[in-house]
Amino acid sequence: MEGLGVQGWTFVLVGLSFALYIGIAIWSRAGSTSEFYVAGKGVNPLANGMATGADWMSAASFIGMAGIISFAGYFGSVYLMGWTGGYVLLALLLAPYLRKFGKFTVPDFVGDRYDSRTARVVAVLCAIFVSFTYVAGQMRGVGVVFSRFLEVDITLGVIIGTGIVFFYAVLGGMKGITYTQVAQYCVLIFAFTVPAVFISLLLTGNLVPQLGFLGSLDGDVGSAIAAGESVGLLDKLDQLNTDLGFAAYTAAPEAIIATTGPKGYTDVFAITLALMVGTAGLPHVIIRFYTVPRVRDARVSAFWALLFISLLYTAAPAVGAFGRVNLIEATRDAYYSAEAAPSEDAKVIPDWFRTWEDTGLLAWVDKNEDGRIQYRNGAAFTSANGKPIFEEAEDGAPVRGVHGQRLLRVDDENGVALTDTENELFIDRDIMVLANPEIARLPAWVIGLVAAGGLAAALSTAAGLLLVISTAVSHDLVKRTIAPGVSEKNELWIARGAAGIGVIGAALLGIFPPGFVAEVVALAFGLAASSFFPVIVLGIFWKRMNRQGAISGMLVGIGFTAAYIAYFKFMGGSREHWFLGISPEGIGSIGMVLNFVVGVTVAKLTAPPSEEIQKLVDNIRVPAGAGEAHEMEVPPATKGE
Amino acid sequence: MSDSQPPRPGDVSRRYWVENLRIVGALLAVWAVVSFGGGILFVEPLNSFRIGETKLGFWIAQQGSIYVFVVLIAVYVLLLNRLERRLGLREE
Repeated sequence: MEGLGVQGWTFVLVGLSFALYIGIAIWSRAGSTSEFYVAGKGVNPLANGMATGADWMSAASFIGMAGIISFAGYFGSVYLMGWTGGYVLLALLLAPYLRKFGKFTVPDFVGDRYDSRTARVVAVLCAIFVSFTYVAGQMRGVGVVFSRFLEVDITLGVIIGTGIVFFYAVLGGMKGITYTQVAQYCVLIFAFTVPAVFISLLLTGNLVPQLGFLGSLDGDVGSAIAAGESVGLLDKLDQLNTDLGFAAYTAAPEAIIATTGPKGYTDVFAITLALMVGTAGLPHVIIRFYTVPRVRDARVSAFWALLFISLLYTAAPAVGAFGRVNLIEATRDAYYSAEAAPSEDAKVIPDWFRTWEDTGLLAWVDKNEDGRIQYRNGAAFTSANGKPIFEEAEDGAPVRGVHGQRLLRVDDENGVALTDTENELFIDRDIMVLANPEIARLPAWVIGLVAAGGLAAALSTAAGLLLVISTAVSHDLVKRTIAPGVSEKNELWIARGAAGIGVIGAALLGIFPPGFVAEVVALAFGLAASSFFPVIVLGIFWKRMNRQGAISGMLVGIGFTAAYIAYFKFMGGSREHWFLGISPEGIGSIGMVLNFVVGVTVAKLTAPPSEEIQKLVDNIRVPAGAGEAHEMEVPPATKGE
Repeated sequence: MSDSQPPRPGDVSRRYWVENLRIVGALLAVWAVVSFGGGILFVEPLNSFRIGETKLGFWIAQQGSIYVFVVLIAVYVLLLNRLERRLGLREE
């Protein structure tokens, strides 16, 4: 299979992995609503940990995160700490109690704990809204992988991905999804680790990327970059960054303010908190802890989940740093074509540059007409969506410049406007993980593996999210609110129909995305942080919390957060007007505080919850065994209001 | 509490909850100090120390904190399992 090439290997590996998932999905398809919603509560905690890992690690984690870190340096820590630290909150404050409660969904808990149809409906709308935002990021990720793998347009990639996810969500249910996700975890962690190990060896001589991150440039490629010196990888990266006019890679926020996202420590703090709390409040993650047999299994499961997740999350900063060193070394002042190079040993861009230029993830504009790539700080050009817009002939063929590079359409109306910075290179952050194996000249099968891993990450998360959407509609809205008499068979069909509609809507958002893959997802966190987390925590830890408090808290929290994000992301609000210097990505933490404050205040001013509800809280707090029944009675939610 | 009489279920549940709150509180304090303290607020002073070939504060923010999170959940699992066994609340 020597001559298979990148395309061939990608096709074989992606095809094999798809066959595996489809086989598992068919073998374990759901027959009852309990199997469709929570896999019949019979999942082994270790398997559930793996499934949670795949459910959790999305296209953003797999494709986007290392890329974002490699461009953001220290600031990338908000994602690393935020997306793992949330599991501590989940394990300690939510998972065991929600498992004890034992119902199917997050709105179920909210509706029963607060004995309120209104609270349930508000929670359903939040769950659908959050999952929908999040799933759009996944579809975008699927599109990015497909556009590379089949060399098709991203839009067509999104459509192909939609078809596959549709199959999963409709057939699988939680039971099918769980075992598919176990397989997807194995594929994605293998696919992320293999290139990371290769690159770590090449750059640092260390087999373990997590340790290579701390090492010096001692590998085959690394020592060439270090040019005989013994220098730490990150120290060298600081220097490369500074040479090109960027902030030092490891620099703390004060030094970053001028160049990228956050405004300072307040913002870094707020974003990290919002991501942590948002992680703990995401319905598709919480729901996974309903699938294990016992309360203590939920705790162990949270441990396995974070352990499996941390394998990728501790390798990602290493991959980001390695990728940036490689990228800078490969492109800096390189000639675009060998003909223009003055001598045979002058640096010329590698072959992968042209491949990625064709997908629009790289673009070069030769501002000073010297035929060499100047990569410096600052945008090379601006355009309506921040992406390159290429000149095309009548028949859609690319128009090329004197060196063979794709020419940008320089046009204020519907093209790009060149900036007066020295920078000539546009790099889409998403290419970091996808192109890293090529940048480090790894064998073709590794590149194919990365494509399979990226798809595993995106598909597993999308399936988990669509399950939440379909459950919210069929169980929480139809069964528990509108038509309690619906038969189980019809409920299953409604669930499948809702999943179908959800995935089509998500595809549309994937084709017309509001930002980068990881940033779209970041919005979902703000919304999860400001809606669910406070009402669930208060519902467990404060018996006095009542219906009025929960509803008003959720409405204020999510209303504030959504309005803030909408204003600054879509209605042209400028960053000078950020509240306390907090970006839209971090505002969920303020929304959460508002939810807590409003919720507690309103609860204090209104009547305490009924005796029955207080007993329910007592019951949730303690694992079964103290003379209590395993299946407990909860008051019917149709009461009240 | 006397050894001859088994404690009433309400008392056991109460003790379990109080101990649980203490464990959760202590672990969350570590969680906050390591991530928000070590990774953000004190990152600059910590950067004057080195670990391997890089700065300590930067490393805590990008890797060290994640290792601590994993250990925190492991400790929580062990302590709660022990507590449940001690109070006879272990599920079968």
